[in-house]
Order: sequence, then structure tokens, then C-alpha cells
Amino acid sequence: MTEEVLYWQALNRALDAEMAADETVFILGEDVGLYGGSYRVTEGLHAKYGDWRVRDTPISEGSFTGLGVGAALVGMRPVVEIMTINFSLLALDAIVNMAAKVPFMSGGQFPMPLVVRMPGGVAKQLAAQHSQRLEQMYMNVPGLRVAVPATPQDAWWQLRQAIRSNEPIVLIEHELLYFSKGPLDMEAPPPPMHSAAVRRPGRDITLIAWSRMVDLCLSAAERLADQGIEAEVIDLRSLRPIDWETCQASVERTHNLLVVEEDSGFAGAGAEVAATLGERCFYQLDNPPRRHAAVELPIPYNRTLEAACIPTVESICQAVTNHLQAGAAS
Amino acid sequence: MNPQQKLDMLHDMLLARAFEERAAQEYTRGKIGGFLHLYPGEEAVAVGVLHATEPSDYVVSTYREHVHAMVRGISPGAVMAELFGKRDGCSRGMGGSMHLFDRERRFMGGYAIVGETYPVAVGIGYAIAMRELPEAVICFFGDGAVNQGTFHESLNMAALWKLPVLFVCENNHYQIGTEIHRHSAVAEVYKRACAHGIPARRVDGMDVLEVHEATRLALEQIRQGTGPYLLEFETYRFRGHSMADPGTYRPKVEVQAHQKDDPVLVAIEETLPRYPSHEEIAAAGPDGIKRMTEHLDAAGHLPGDTLDALNRKVAAEVEEAVAFAEASPEPTFDDAWAALDCNRGLEVLIR
Repeated sequence: MTEEVLYWQALNRALDAEMAADETVFILGEDVGLYGGSYRVTEGLHAKYGDWRVRDTPISEGSFTGLGVGAALVGMRPVVEIMTINFSLLALDAIVNMAAKVPFMSGGQFPMPLVVRMPGGVAKQLAAQHSQRLEQMYMNVPGLRVAVPATPQDAWWQLRQAIRSNEPIVLIEHELLYFSKGPLDMEAPPPPMHSAAVRRPGRDITLIAWSRMVDLCLSAAERLADQGIEAEVIDLRSLRPIDWETCQASVERTHNLLVVEEDSGFAGAGAEVAATLGERCFYQLDNPPRRHAAVELPIPYNRTLEAACIPTVESICQAVTNHLQAGAAS
Repeated sequence: MNPQQKLDMLHDMLLARAFEERAAQEYTRGKIGGFLHLYPGEEAVAVGVLHATEPSDYVVSTYREHVHAMVRGISPGAVMAELFGKRDGCSRGMGGSMHLFDRERRFMGGYAIVGETYPVAVGIGYAIAMRELPEAVICFFGDGAVNQGTFHESLNMAALWKLPVLFVCENNHYQIGTEIHRHSAVAEVYKRACAHGIPARRVDGMDVLEVHEATRLALEQIRQGTGPYLLEFETYRFRGHSMADPGTYRPKVEVQAHQKDDPVLVAIEETLPRYPSHEEIAAAGPDGIKRMTEHLDAAGHLPGDTLDALNRKVAAEVEEAVAFAEASPEPTFDDAWAALDCNRGLEVLIR
């Protein structure tokens, strides 16, 4: 049965379902308990499961994420909430040096069923310290998985898959998606966790995006259709690993690739996508693979400048038009 | 404690010393790579603490952890093979000297970023407390690690939720080359625990019996569910921080040039790792092994050639460990991928 729910509600239901199914699952983070989570994701769970399974922590990102690592070593399934990806910089040692390394360094003796979830996008006028997109840092770490659900349905599927996985997974959500609505079918069988999804078929160009940029690409594709340009939109859903097969098949059909990312472009996630697809599809491409990314600035507080720093529907349409015209001119 | 337990502890201390001396030799022979942090001088701490634990307890250690691993029951061969980077090492050759793991013995790893052991131990303690088990976690760290943020973050959480963690400070007075009075405003580590309401004691870490008794009492209290405890053991490492560090913070050439005629020979010798003789160690201060030997001798527990026999035994064990390590095969890329993908076979949803 499909119903319309908010993204945070889908995450909330996923947590509830997994906690009910497996008593080794527990949540910890700042204000996840009595307060119900900064973005309501853990609402109601403390009342249902109590202190030990929904643990309000002190403001100690490094150590409570490390606590999750320790608990995972002995068979628990911790779900660590970090209030925003920006604070996860304080937990990098636990995520990168511990969670990603211990299973390997122990010669495979210790699984790491750890989930670290956090919002990681540009919201509204939160200024530079709260508006970073740092997914590329986690993508670059062998031993980690990075999932980026863009819809309530994926939020439901991917968080549950992450909790059931024995690998450390960073789940990057988005401040502006928490209160977006979409269909959720709780009974539908999930696709593989790292598979990409073709959100809109098209013949002229492949737009690859993830998280909030998927919606923008879909809107842009509608507008472009009015001009006779049919854009195919791929939602990556996972940034490590990346479902290259789906991406490659699309690019081989459209012969054009534009990666749209909210992050700054330099050494960003889109660079990996463009480089790999450039290698894989070089002879099928009509144009060089391109990226449409944020301006290389810390995100300004000023509303107008902030909006102008990251891709918009208009800027995506423009980038597509420019991309195809460059091809036509050559 | 019965005499046999004391003899077992002496055996472990002698084995620790002999193993580490041999590791130093194997390092200079190029059999061991990377960073190698050795334990001579500090044996009484690992041996005293770990002999007071139960098999059901967990141990989280630092990068100076060969001896902790062996006292915990990992065979010297599996440790030496890991130092050699071999497939039969306790971490399959993927971890090395600083990352010894053994799931079966609840040896939860050597961690090589200073200050990592606290949150790992607190996480294990959280799981234990949540399941209401009678187990405890031993969390080792050095005096240099107490100025990392994770120290206070983790002690706070352990105290707040009354987690069964025994924090064990191996205070050897040096963070690499910086003496404790130059790195800590308060040089008595145990005093820091009171900020979190954690009971703490400072104990002579060169006396294995005192170490054992202090640990036994602390664990007894922890198992009553009263929360964490901190023990600070004052000890001393006889060698440098690692094999990359000669441990002398003054130019040795200058000193030795006065004693020898040929400065070229001195310069050559300077490049070779040097280990102090037993006489030099004895002259330098209290040695945990010497103390234990004297104690046992005075009590009449070392009749005849008991001590010599023990020394022969550990020498043979070390010899056997090296032979085991030599004979073990190199790991392959398949082994490396298997270590990384250790979990994936269990998954249905992930793929």
C-alpha cells in the first residue's frame, strides 16, 4: 500500500521497524531521545524503547561515534546520529580511522555493523559552518559505504538496509528534504542498496545527481522537454560504491553527460563520476563529460548570494543548453 | 595468590622481555617493518593487570601492545607472525605491530591513533551494561594520551552511564620525547578522574603484585555496577618510543667520542639500534622483573634452577615464535579482499 509521507517520517519508520525487529539496534546522538531529534527523525522512539536504546549523548561527536564503533565490535547495531555533517568533522577519526579500518586491520575478524546518519546539504541561510557538502571525504575511504537517499521511499529502504548491513555506512540525508513529501510503499521489495535509479528516461543527455539535486534535475528536465530536449535523470542513491553499469548504459544511449552537484566541483563527488564515465564511455560521448556544481566559495549567509552559489533549476537548464550547443558547434 | 600464579606471572614477564628483545633484532634484520613500539620496562603493568581479568572481559589496547596480546593468551607465534606481516599473524598480516586483534580472546585491538582506545572501550562497556552482563572492559592508554579530547569525552560518558570500564594508564612519563611535566599541567594522571566522579588510584607500576592487587580490587568494584575506575601505573620504558627513536635526547656521539678513539667507529655505532645491558638497566632503576624475581626468591619459590629453567623456557618459546613466523606464508591480495569484504557474504539487502 502506498501512502504519502514526509522524508523524516520514512526514516522514523525505518528506525522503528528495525528496532522492533532486532534488539541489538540502538540509537545514539545529541537530542535524539527526549527531544525527538533535531529534524524529528527519532520522534517517539525514546518513549517506546527507553534510555538504553535511544541514548541522548553529551556533545562529544568524536567519542560517541567511537562508542558506536566499540559497540559494533561486540555485535550491537548502533545507529549514530550526528546533528549535521559539519559536526562529523569531529568524528572523522572514529569513522575513517576506526570504523572503516578495524574490519580490515583485524584480518576480517570484526564486522562493523555501524550506521552514521546525518544531514549534509545546504539549507536556508545557515552560513558556511553549517552548509558544507562533505560527501566526497567519505567517498574516498575504502571500507566505507556512502548512501544518499533522495526520496522517502529510498530513505525507508536504505536506512533499513544500512542497519542490517555488517559494514560501516554513512547515510547522508538533507536538511531541505526532511520535510519533503513522497510516496512510500513499506511492503515493496527494496532494490540493491547501491543501485542507481533512472528517475526519468530521455534520449538527449544524461543528468546524474543525488540527494536534493535529483528533484532539481527532474524539474529542469520538464522545462527542457518544452524546448525539445529530453534529459534522462539518474539518481545515484549511493556514492560508494557507485552503480556504474546503470550510468554507463544511460550515457551510451544519450552520448552526453552532465553531473549536477550541490557540492563545490573541485575534487568533488562529481569529479569521480565524470572521470570514470569519461574513461568508460569516451568513444560514445559527443561532448566532454561536464560538471555543474556550486561556486567555489564557502556558502555565504546572504540569501541572494547563497541561492546563487548552488545549482538551481534555471542554472541546470542553462548548463544543459550550453553543453549541447558546444557539441553542435564543434 | 598461590606460588604457581606468581611463577606464571614471572614467566609472562620474562617472555615479554625476551620476545621484545628478539623483535628488536628482527626489526634490524628487516623482518619487521613499519613502526615498532617495544615494552621492556613496563612488563609489570600488562602482566599484573591482565592476570587479574577474566576470559570474559575485553581488552582494548594501544600500539605498544604485543605483551598485552600475549598475556591475554594470543600465542607468541601468532604475534610474531603478525609483526612479520604473515598470513598466520593474529590479524592475518593486515594489521601489523600496532593492530593486533583476536576475537576469540576478546582482544579488541591495538589502536594507533592516540586516544582511540577510550571510545572503543566505552562502546563495548555500553553494550555490556545494556545487556546487564558481568563483564568488564580494560582500556589501556599512555600518559601522552590523556590530553586528547576523547579522554574527557569518554570518561564523562562512562561515568554518566556507569559503564564497566577499567581505565588503565601506563604512565611511562614520556609522550614520545616529551616528559610529562612538559606536556601536562597536572602530572598526576589519576587526579583527572575526579572531574568525572570516577574513583582512581596511583600505583607503583614496577611492582607486578601491587599492580595485580589494585586491578583485582578495581574490577571487583566495577562488577558491582558502580561504574568505571581509573588506575594510573607509574612505569618506565627502557627503550626509545619506537625503533625509529634512539631514546636519547642528547647527542650520543658527543658522549661516546670522549670514550673512544675513533670517531668514525662511533658514528657507525650510532646508526645501529642499541639495547641497554641488564647491568645498565639494573643500575638505572627498579626493574619489575628483578623485583618479582627477588620477591619469589625470598619467599622460597625459586628453588634450584627454577629461574634458569624459566629463562630457557621463554627463550625456546621465542625461538619457536620466530620459526613459526618465518614459515608462515605471505598473505595474498585475495586475503586482503577477504578481510575487507568479511561481512558481505552475510548480506541479502546490500547487493
